[in-house]
Amino acid sequence: MSDVNTAMVQKYRNDFLKEVEENVEEGHWVKMCMQCGVCSGSCPFGPDWDHPPQEIFMMIRAGKRDEVLTTESMWMCTSCYNCIVRCPRELPITHIMHGLANYAHRLGIAPKMNPTRRFSKIFWNNIAKTGRVNELALSLKLYFMDGFMSGIKNALAMAGVGIGMLKTKRLNPFALINHKGVKNPKELHVLLKKAREIEDRRKGIAR
Amino acid sequence: MTDVVATNETILVVGGGISGMTAALEAAECGKQVVLVEKNPSVGGRIAQLYKYFPKLCRPSCGQEINLRRLKVNKRIRLLTMAEVTNVDGAAGDYDVSITIHPRYVNENCTACGACAEAVTAEIDDPFNYNMKTIKAAYLPYNMAYPQRYVIDPSIVGSEDANKAKAACKYDAIDLDMQEQTIEIKVGAVIWATGWRPYDAAKIQPYGYDRYPNVITSVEFERMMDPFGPTGGKLLRPSDAKEAKSIAFIQCAGSRDRNHLTHCSRICCMASLKQSTYIGEQYGDDADAKATIYYIDIRAIDRFEDFYKKVQADEKVHFIKSKVANITENRDTGDVVLHGVDTEGYHRYDNTHDLCVLAIGMEPSVRADQIADNVSADASGFIQMNGAGGAIFGAGCATNALDVNRAVQSATAATLRAIQVVNRVSSAEA
Ligand SMILES: Cc1cc2nc3c(=O)[nH]c(=O)nc-3n(C[C@H](O)[C@H](O)[C@H](O)COP(=O)(O)OP(=O)(O)OC[C@H]3O[C@@H](n4cnc5c(N)ncnc54)[C@H](O)[C@@H]3O)c2cc1C
Ligand code: SF4
Ligand code: SF4
Repeated sequence: MSDVNTAMVQKYRNDFLKEVEENVEEGHWVKMCMQCGVCSGSCPFGPDWDHPPQEIFMMIRAGKRDEVLTTESMWMCTSCYNCIVRCPRELPITHIMHGLANYAHRLGIAPKMNPTRRFSKIFWNNIAKTGRVNELALSLKLYFMDGFMSGIKNALAMAGVGIGMLKTKRLNPFALINHKGVKNPKELHVLLKKAREIEDRRKGIAR
Repeated sequence: MTDVVATNETILVVGGGISGMTAALEAAECGKQVVLVEKNPSVGGRIAQLYKYFPKLCRPSCGQEINLRRLKVNKRIRLLTMAEVTNVDGAAGDYDVSITIHPRYVNENCTACGACAEAVTAEIDDPFNYNMKTIKAAYLPYNMAYPQRYVIDPSIVGSEDANKAKAACKYDAIDLDMQEQTIEIKVGAVIWATGWRPYDAAKIQPYGYDRYPNVITSVEFERMMDPFGPTGGKLLRPSDAKEAKSIAFIQCAGSRDRNHLTHCSRICCMASLKQSTYIGEQYGDDADAKATIYYIDIRAIDRFEDFYKKVQADEKVHFIKSKVANITENRDTGDVVLHGVDTEGYHRYDNTHDLCVLAIGMEPSVRADQIADNVSADASGFIQMNGAGGAIFGAGCATNALDVNRAVQSATAATLRAIQVVNRVSSAEA
C-alpha cells in the first residue's frame, strides 16, 4: 500500500489541498472553512484531539500532508454531528473527518494501533462476510483483540450488557454456528469488489 | 376621518426612522409634497434607542432634535403615525396606495401633561426598551417622541382604566371611540425606509438567550446605558441586578451564518467596539471592569479603522479570535461560561463572565418581496436596487445593514430619484 502513498506524493507534489479535494470524501469543502472555531469548540471529544477539525482544515491548506494523514485526530470523531449543525458555513465536517481517516488508511499510513481503525476493520470484515453484522463474533473479536487476558477482562466488564441483550433477544447466543446473513453472500462479495474497483479507478489508486 | 391630500406629484415615504425622516425632509425642502407614514406612535426609529453613536460617541438625540425642528416647521410633510401601508398598486408616476391607521385614542389637544398616565393602573411591556421594563398603559413612547402626544394602549380600551384616563385629561384629548381606518391615496413615487430589526436571538440555540437571563443582545445593552432606561443608566445584569463588570461580546450572533442570516450585518463590529467603551465610562479604572470581544474577524469598515485602533489600545478591552461554540450558566452565581477554541493557537477556553452581549444581526423589518409585486429582494430580504421596482426606491436599512451615515446617504439618493419621477409627472401635466 505504501507505493500508493508514494504515487500520490508524486502526483500532487506540494498541493495537498488538491489531493484532499480529489480523493477524500467531501474534501472539496475544505477550502470553504473560514476558521471561526465553532466546530472545535463544539466537539465533545475536543480536548482529546491533537488537532481539532478547524486546525486540520488549516493544516491541509498549509500542505502539512504527513502531519494530517498520520495523526490520530480524525479517528476521534464519534459522528455526534454537533459541528455540522453549528458550522456557519455548513461544512460536512463529520464526513470529512471520516473521509480523511479512510484515505489515510487506504494509503497505509494511518496510525497502526489506533483503536477506531482496528475496530473499523473488524467491523467491516464482519459485515462484509455475510451482509449482516454478527454481533456475537464482533464483540468477541473486539474484546480479544489485545490478547486472551484482556479479552476475558473486557468480556466480564460487559457481561451485564450482554445478558440484557440476550434477554431482550438482541443477541443470538448461537451466532458463531448459525448466524443468518443475506441470502446470497457471494453476490454481495462480487458487488463490493466491483464498487471498490470503481472507487479506486476514480481516485487513481492503482491496486 | 383623516383627510390626506395627495396627488401623483406627491412622494410617499414609508418609515420614519433616520432614513425616512431624511428623505421626507429633503424632498419637502425641495418643494415636493410628502406623506410620511410611520408604524410606531413616534418617528425616530432605532437610532432613538441608541445611547451614543460611533465613531464620535456623540448623542443621537442631537441630530434628531435638528430633524424634528425641520419637520415641525415644514408644511409640505403630512405625517401619519401608527399607520402602515397595506397595499401599493400601479406604476411610476401613478400609484394607488392603501394606508391603515390604528387608533391612538388621543387627539391633537394633548399637551403631554401626563395626567392620564397617573390615573391609569394597568402596565404593559415597553417596546421602546425591548420589553426590559413595563410602563403605564397610557404612555408617551419616550421623552423625545414626536408627535409629543400620549397613547392609550388598546388593551385597556373598554375598561375602567381607560375611563379613568379620560376623566383625568383636562384638555379633552382622549377619544375612546377612535376607530381603525383605511385611506386610499395617489402618489407618484415611493421611498421605502422601513429599516431593520434585530434577528431573533433565541434561534441561536447554543447561546441560550432564551434560557440564561445574563445573555442579552446588543440592542438591549444599548438601552441599559440610558439614564431613563430600564436600569437607570447602570450596567445591571438581569438575573440579580448586580453590576456587570466582566462583559463578553460575541460577534456575528446570527450573521454570516448559513443557519441564520447569511449576510454580514456590518454594524455589529463597530457597535461592540463602541459598547466596550461604555465599560470604561461606567467604571473608570476599576480593575475588575473589562470587555472581552470574541470575533471571527473585526470588520471596522472604511474610515472606522482608526476607531478600532483606539479601542485596541484600551487596556480594558480584550480580543479573542474565536466564534464561541456554546454558553453554559453557573447556576449558583448566574455567571455565564463561554466555551470554545481560539484560532490563534487553538487553545481551548471556558471563560466566565458576569454578562454576555450578543452582537445581534440586522434583518429587514419588512421583507422586500412583500412590498409590491415588482420590488425584488436580495438573499436576505433587503430591497435590491435593480431598477425593476418602478418608482419604489429603497432607503436606509431597508436596503442593507448600514450605519447612520450610509443610511442617510442612501436616503438622499432615493429622494433624488423620487423627485425626478414626480418632476416628470408635473412636466407631462403642464
Ligand atoms: C446595536 C446597534 C448599535 C448601533 N449603533 C450605531 C452607531 O453608534 N452609529 C451608527 O451610525 N449606526 C449605528 N447602528 C445602526 C443604526 O441603528 C441604523 O443605521 C439606523 O437605525 C438606520 O435607520 P433607518 O431609518 O434606515 O431604519 P430604522 O431605524 O429601523 O427606522 C425604520 C422606521 O420604519 C418604521 N417601520 C417599520 N416597518 C414599518 C411599516 N411596515 N410601515 C411603516 N413604518 C414602518 C419603524 O418603526 C422605524 O421608525 C447600530 C445598530 C445596532 C444593531
Ligand atoms: S465551524 Fe465550519 S467554518 Fe468554522 S472552523 Fe469549523 S469548519 Fe471552519
Ligand atoms: S459586522 Fe462584524 S460582527 Fe457584524 S456580522 Fe460583520 S463581521 Fe460579524
